[in-house]
Order: sequence, then structure tokens, then C-alpha cells
Amino acid sequence: MATKKFMYVNRRAPYGTIYAWEALEVVLIGAAFEQDVSLAFVDDGVFQLMKGQDTSGIDMKNFSPTYSALGDYEVTKIYVEKESLEERGLTLDDLQHLVWEDEDDDWAEKDSIRLVSRAELAEVFAGQDVMFNF
Amino acid sequence: MKLTIQVNEGPYQHQASDSAYHFTKAALEKGHEVFRVFFYHDGVNNGTRLTTPPQDDRNIVARWSELAEQHDLDLVICVAAAQRRGIVDDGEAERNGKDATNIAPGFRISGLGQLIEGGIQSDRLVVFGD
Repeated sequence: MATKKFMYVNRRAPYGTIYAWEALEVVLIGAAFEQDVSLAFVDDGVFQLMKGQDTSGIDMKNFSPTYSALGDYEVTKIYVEKESLEERGLTLDDLQHLVWEDEDDDWAEKDSIRLVSRAELAEVFAGQDVMFNF
Repeated sequence: MKLTIQVNEGPYQHQASDSAYHFTKAALEKGHEVFRVFFYHDGVNNGTRLTTPPQDDRNIVARWSELAEQHDLDLVICVAAAQRRGIVDDGEAERNGKDATNIAPGFRISGLGQLIEGGIQSDRLVVFGD
């Protein structure tokens, strides 16, 4: 069976609800199925990728280090919506630096995050086969 | 068309479960194939037989069970989400040393791979949630 294009859309803040964490669990399990996987972070979902997260005050597991492992799961396309960042006063510098190693290019380290406009992301979405919304 | 349905919200709290049920039922009646219904997040609470709604209200859990029996539907509850929220079948009770089960007829507990497989095998994955 041909590979499908899977898109996981992350729309919510990392804590407050469990959606972000359970979405990440789907992505990690799904990686074993060798599909063409992309992630998108929009709306409050951009907060999931913030660096320097500290959950010690709310007695919840800080799962943000898991995002930096996505490259090892061959999840290398991470779309971040520019307008969502700007609306929240954030820039790419506020986010973790996520990378993957390209085995076809002498294991060169490459950026996973692709900063795209809302209109560009709509086009990316239009090209997907399976959309998960979290 | 072959469909997989994902239900992300619990019964009564949120309309997603009702909408998913009505959509699934309508799709089956139109002759579409439903490969699987996958319950995730609080959606796993759709699969407890201990639900006791008032008699003049719809019984969301029983409704799913009946639809499963009529159409041989595959109703799958995510194991990781179920463990967090206390949805238990015989296997889970034994593995985790629980003194009771509560899974409703027609439901089974399995892994997230079942959801991914649904996405791969189906023409459409239809998600009901918030």
C-alpha cells in the first residue's frame, strides 16, 4: 500500500488540557508505520514548542523535551504558523531548536521547523491525505 | 467509501460523541463501510457500561453498543487513554490488578496503532472533537 501523507495539527497550549500530550503519543506510535508525517503548530499550539518550559509549579510532567526526539523518529517536517507566533508576541527564537539528521547528506543536521504563513499552511493542508486535529 | 471515525470527547459533556454516532449511523445506512470507530482522549468514556443516564435521555453508551451489534462495528478504545481514565476490560483488569471491569458490550481496548491503521486503510478519517 502506498505511503500516505499524515498531518497532525496541534492547536492547544501544552498544559491545561491533555490534548497536546496525547497528540504527541499518537505521533510517536504512528512513526512506526512509516508514513509521510508532518506536524503543524497553530493558535495556542505554538506554545507547545516553547523552550525553557518549567512545570514544577503545577505537578505535571514536562513533556517538552520529547519534541526534540522527533527527528530520531524520522518526523522532520514541523510547520509553525507565522501569524500564530506573532499574535502571541513570539518569534522562532522563543521555540526549541528542533533538528533532524539527513542520512542521505552525510548525516547533516537540518532544521525541522518550517515557518509558514497561514495561507501557505492552508496549501500544505490541502495536499494531505489524513488530518488529525488535536 | 471506507471510513474511520475518531471520537475525542466524552458522552453528555460534549456533543462530539452524539455527532459521531449520528454520522456513523447515517454513513452505514447509506451503504458506506466503517472500518473502525476509535475512541481517544475523554472519548474513551463512551465505552463504560456503568453509565446510567436519566430514563428520558438518550443512552449514548448503549446506543454505540447496539450499533456495533447491528453492523458488526469495530469500536476500539485507546489503551493508554483508557488506563488514565479507568476504562477496564478483563485483560486490563488482570494486567493491572484491578478488582472490576466496566467496558461496555461491543467495545474493545487496543493500542494507538489501530487509529493509525484506520488512517492508512480508510478513504477518510473523520474526527469528532473540540
